[in-house]
Amino acid sequence: MEHLRPVPDGVPEQGASSEPDLGDLLRRSSRGDQAAFATLYDTVSAKVYGLALRVVRDPAQAEEVAQEVFLEIWRTSSRYERERGSALAWMLTITHRRAVDRVRAAESATRRDVVYEQRNQPVSHDSTAEAAQASLEAHRVRSALVTLTPVQRQAVELAYLGGYTHTEVASMLELPVGTAKTRIRDGLIRLRDTLGVGARDEQ
Amino acid sequence: MSSDIHALSGAYALDALDSDERSEFEKHLADCPICRAEVDSLREAAAGLADLTETTPPPGLRERVLADAAVVRPLPPLVDRNRRRRRWRALLAVAAAVVLIAGGVAWHPWDRPSSPASLSAVGRVQHAPDAQRTTQTLPDGGTVTVYRSASLDKAAVVVKDLAALPDGKVYEMWLQDAKGSMAPAGVVPAGVSSAEMVLDGPAAAAVGAGVTVEPAGGSRTPTSDPVALLAFGSA
Repeated sequence: MEHLRPVPDGVPEQGASSEPDLGDLLRRSSRGDQAAFATLYDTVSAKVYGLALRVVRDPAQAEEVAQEVFLEIWRTSSRYERERGSALAWMLTITHRRAVDRVRAAESATRRDVVYEQRNQPVSHDSTAEAAQASLEAHRVRSALVTLTPVQRQAVELAYLGGYTHTEVASMLELPVGTAKTRIRDGLIRLRDTLGVGARDEQ
Repeated sequence: MSSDIHALSGAYALDALDSDERSEFEKHLADCPICRAEVDSLREAAAGLADLTETTPPPGLRERVLADAAVVRPLPPLVDRNRRRRRWRALLAVAAAVVLIAGGVAWHPWDRPSSPASLSAVGRVQHAPDAQRTTQTLPDGGTVTVYRSASLDKAAVVVKDLAALPDGKVYEMWLQDAKGSMAPAGVVPAGVSSAEMVLDGPAAAAVGAGVTVEPAGGSRTPTSDPVALLAFGSA
């Protein structure tokens, strides 16, 4: 009957325990291991694409950004430094930078042309939220966000998920210029401490 | 502006700086190990937010990504050690005139202030109305907690369960100023794994603290990569 015994308490969720080691997959990718890279793609593509989509909003552009991101991850995988943070944060940093650069370049082009092209509505917005709500990690992040003050939370969300600069965030939240960057930093520090994540102090 | 530049770490971690500010901050990062450590940790927090936006990508993307990988060669690793050294460039630039002052370091291994009525020197910093606290777990185990009170112009540290070091090695504390210079702030006596102490030197203007492993007696400038870097909030 041994095999019928329930999983003991304290064993991580199936998703967590079977999750491949991203740092290891990156290292193997840097040696040209395409199978490892495919596993890496399967593990993080929903996060990379989802973040790109949230920032740029347009699904076709988000897909382009995600493709560029994965090419950059593949090319620069040897440059990931484990002691500076998690592989996931490294990949999402690349993703966010690319997505933000994309919207800012597009916006300055739009301003030049005067013609303002109506951006596509965020089609999959609701389904995204639904999918995300189902995940335990998302629940944890939501709970952590509640510990921020409303202004800190709005500032962090506008900057990260909206892709706005801190001066734009200040204007949107009617904060004095120079205040938003402090709210963003304070909010992130609280989020970090509540989530219990850190750079070098993680194994 | 430059005294304020540390405050940009959060906006930088979220790509919320315009391109001028971004390059200015990146110049600063090259010399500021505290800000680098902080940016790394804040990016870790930001990555958590991506849990809220997970979306399955269109099916064609996987094929195109893997097709890209098939025809592109990954870059070779960076083999020089300059990148790691750079983290400590600020430290190595500390003026040679800085002298390690062993006096003034109050060590109370294992004992805690027993009565709150008579607070220890460490307790006074911990309980100052404007005290700020930051904690970090070391890679080999143990924790470092630094308290800083700008009004007292003092910082104190509580270390717990530090990993044992080889003979002839000790943990040394450092305070970093806004210009990125690191000043020696005290040494944990050899063989002690849990202790508390008030750090040497003025702390109000410090932007953070660091811990290194040094030869017994301590060094005047760090000779190894930090095992912990802790940033203070704005005073």
